[in-house]
Amino acid sequence: MLTPGVVLAISGLYLALLFVLAFATDRMAANGRAKLIRSPVVYTLSLTVYCTSWTFYGAVGSAARNGAEFATIYLGPTLVFAGAFFLLRKLVRISKTHRITSIADFISSRYGKSTRVAAIVTLIALVGTTPYIALQLKSVATSLDILTVGKTLVSAEAHGIFGDTAFWVAASMAAFVIIFGTRNIGADEHHPGVVAAIAFESLVKLAALVAVGLFVVIGLKSAGPDYSGPVWLDPALRGTPPFSAGDPSRWTTMLFLAAAAIVCLPRQFQVAVVEVTDERHLRTASWLFPLYMLLISFFTVPIAVAGLGIVGPDRNPDLYVLTVPLQAGSDLLALAAFIGGFSSATSMVIVACIALSIMISNHMVMPLLLRSRRLDLHQARDLTGLLLAIRRVSIVLILSLGFFYYRFGAQSDALAAIGLISFAAAAQLLPAMVGGIYWRGGTEQGAVAGLLAGFVVWAYTLLLPSLVRVGGAMPGLLTDGPFGIAFLRPEALFYLDGWGSIQHALFWSLSLNVGAYVFVSLASVPKPLERLQSALFVDAFGESPRRTSRAWTGDTAVEDLMALARRIVGPERAYRVFRDYAESEKHDLRELVADARLISFVERQLAGSIGAASARVLVSRVAGGETISLDEVITILDETQQAIEYGRQLEQKSSELEAVAVQLRLANARLKEIDTIKDEFLSHVSHELRTPMTSIRSFAEVLLEGDRLSPQQRDRFARIIYEESQRLTRLLDEILDLNRLQRGDHDLKQARIDPATTAHEAVAAMTGFAFQHGIDLRDEVPDRLGPVLSDPDRLKQVLINLVHNAIKFNDSAGGHVRVSGSVRADRVVLRVEDDGPGVSERDRARIFEKFVRGSSGREGSGLGLAISKQILEAHGGGISVHPAAARGAVFEIDLPLAGAEPPAAPAETAIRPALKGEHA
Amino acid sequence: MRPLVLIAEDEPYIVESLTFLIERAGLEVSVARDGALALQAIRNLRPAAVILDIMLPEESGLEVLRHVKGNPVLRATPILVLTARGQENDRRMALALGADAFVTKPFSNRDVVEQTLALVGRSDRPAQGPPR
Repeated sequence: MLTPGVVLAISGLYLALLFVLAFATDRMAANGRAKLIRSPVVYTLSLTVYCTSWTFYGAVGSAARNGAEFATIYLGPTLVFAGAFFLLRKLVRISKTHRITSIADFISSRYGKSTRVAAIVTLIALVGTTPYIALQLKSVATSLDILTVGKTLVSAEAHGIFGDTAFWVAASMAAFVIIFGTRNIGADEHHPGVVAAIAFESLVKLAALVAVGLFVVIGLKSAGPDYSGPVWLDPALRGTPPFSAGDPSRWTTMLFLAAAAIVCLPRQFQVAVVEVTDERHLRTASWLFPLYMLLISFFTVPIAVAGLGIVGPDRNPDLYVLTVPLQAGSDLLALAAFIGGFSSATSMVIVACIALSIMISNHMVMPLLLRSRRLDLHQARDLTGLLLAIRRVSIVLILSLGFFYYRFGAQSDALAAIGLISFAAAAQLLPAMVGGIYWRGGTEQGAVAGLLAGFVVWAYTLLLPSLVRVGGAMPGLLTDGPFGIAFLRPEALFYLDGWGSIQHALFWSLSLNVGAYVFVSLASVPKPLERLQSALFVDAFGESPRRTSRAWTGDTAVEDLMALARRIVGPERAYRVFRDYAESEKHDLRELVADARLISFVERQLAGSIGAASARVLVSRVAGGETISLDEVITILDETQQAIEYGRQLEQKSSELEAVAVQLRLANARLKEIDTIKDEFLSHVSHELRTPMTSIRSFAEVLLEGDRLSPQQRDRFARIIYEESQRLTRLLDEILDLNRLQRGDHDLKQARIDPATTAHEAVAAMTGFAFQHGIDLRDEVPDRLGPVLSDPDRLKQVLINLVHNAIKFNDSAGGHVRVSGSVRADRVVLRVEDDGPGVSERDRARIFEKFVRGSSGREGSGLGLAISKQILEAHGGGISVHPAAARGAVFEIDLPLAGAEPPAAPAETAIRPALKGEHA
Repeated sequence: MRPLVLIAEDEPYIVESLTFLIERAGLEVSVARDGALALQAIRNLRPAAVILDIMLPEESGLEVLRHVKGNPVLRATPILVLTARGQENDRRMALALGADAFVTKPFSNRDVVEQTLALVGRSDRPAQGPPR
């Protein structure tokens, strides 16, 4: 048996060790050498302050009673860290930007730096944390009793307060926290020493629990007659609660509560958001924290089973971690387990007290002092001491509350049940907090309504019953309702019966909380500062901190600000604040001007010590009536916003207009071009028609007069009239033909032919004409070229036209015209080559247009090549002209081989002419 | 010696009809089938009148007109310009350049002959310098 003296001495030594660690770290941090403390691992370890003695002892108890349900307490935070990374990041970013000191400061800052909201959040946090602190006291006291006396003493009412182990536990913890947590007033409420101590304790509790777990799994054999293996695998214990899934209906509730707690519990907000030194630490925490959760919960079930096996279900399962080693005769391991539990409890109490004391001093006491005007700021008094005193008193108050709750309310309940009451209280902060960073519409009035509604319902449905049960007063309240009103029964509100008390309380409190928050927010009009802050919070990632609340104007003396800062944060730190500002602004410290920026800066710095709301009040007193009204600021901001938006829209519109203008210009140029082409076409047509008409008319007149004409003359003139009218007809036919081809309205026969055959026929047809002109026409086309899909008549028309031109324009004596063919890639190519005058480079580009004749051209309508081009394009082919090697021109036409793209060719004919059609 | 009329025109059948008409009116005819040849003929043959088609290859009728009317020796040569209906621009240009008469294609035979005879009659008198 461990004697009380030994255990107390060891506990004292342990506390002393923590103290040294914290002290050394603070010293190192002050000298800027606390690199280790700023590491992400230490940050993650400090987060495990989440694992209190409830977790340390209570998880095993919970497993022994309700089975796997205990896992939800670990799973909830795991989900948040692994899955809701973005939420945490936003909380941290906002808090760093606005120098947030606590969860109350955070929520109140969001709702226009409202002192009301801050006070309510502080109240909820204080009342909600009280059962939790009571739980720690209970577990430490109980474990101490078990270890030293062998049974629980605290339940004996006979002991007075001073005979209660828990009292001394509370007192020593208060001393510890006061020494640690209120050594100075930070500009940003960083406590590196505390963080180091917490991180160290998290390793101690993990080591202790793992040691007990390994002992149970490996070392503890069953002493039973039938079974001699490890106790926790004893078949006789197979059906016990630790192996069950527990009550699944509670799973969701518990998961939600645990997930909410990891951000809403004041101490979690303190370590996770306020104490963080680098936003990137969250990245490490997102996997390391879940890993820690896994490790610390790993042996829960074996320990619970072993406890049921060797300690027995009639003893308190919450103490199995301690009683199992004791039962097995391992005092040393039991002592280790006790230290682990002690670590869990002290770390929670320390952080909770620091967080709460900051909130109480900044959000409850300071505003009251400011309002009562007791605080004459124009006296040259150092407020640092006052602030510290307030915090120290707060710490004593917090622990006293915890102690009294423990004394009167928490004795009979299981640890887990008490913890859940606290969790449910913390969850009331969730709507105002999460709503605040994602929903601009949330207003101060909405937040107040939601928080109050949730808190009142929580207190009525959860806190009150737990007190009533223990106190024994008014037992009818729970069974019959207040004044016998049944539908107001705290645990069956509005006749909602048959749910577990936690589910029931959470359902009503959160429903009313969210309902009131949303409804009142929508119904109320936010004040200007609320609108500003809501914008800054919701758009935390889009806004630079520099632009925040530059709402000050006028010229305040730098000395006044300096004096104010000195009073709040102490002369040394005040000097540093101003020096840093001067450096960042590249000013000499002595030449600082108290402009809007400096005033805002000082306000932010002070906000780090006394909260945003109080800082604003204080600074506004010093800055006097020189502030412009916030309505003005908001108006200016709105107008600027609108101007920027308007400018942006104008810019966009003007660039759109520019684009449209370019398109219009292009379209206009195109239209003009088309118009010109049309004019030219008309002019050409009229000329081409007029020429034969002129001769026809002239000779017709001669014939009509004609008495003195010779028969030869008469014949000659009649023949000219006939030829010219033929020419007219042909011309009209060609114009109509070309027009049809261009519209795509043609009746091409798509036959599978060999163009070699067509070429032979065309050459044969032109032989006579060539002979007349003394031209040597040669057919060098091979017998076979390959199949193409083509209209043979049209193809022949093209070839004859080309050969005809080549002969007609060939002015060289004994000129040559050569027709050849080949297959190139997937196309059949036919060439008509002459040694005539050739086509000038200028003409080559436009020779396939309508009515364009080579400069040397004399006869013909000028439509032949244009028609040829249309015909070939309708076949998916093309025509081009190149200079011949020596003298003359080479006209080349190509057609796709059938099989290369048989189905595409007809489709193309439909599109291309349609595009070309606009020239006509 | 009968007065000489130069026909500057590239369409063979129109040349044939004009030649027939002018010769039947008792005048001598010479033909130029493009602008360059027409200028050459005017310089060398000094015709009593010129029937000038406005759409000539090589050098257009307007070019020929410009050369003739810009030349102090040749400017007295009367020129009848053949224009097409609808080509009002050509007509205005020709007028500005100093054309003496116009006939629109398709023309009436009597019109061409009378205008030509009038021009030839005017050129019978000694040259009096530019018409305006």
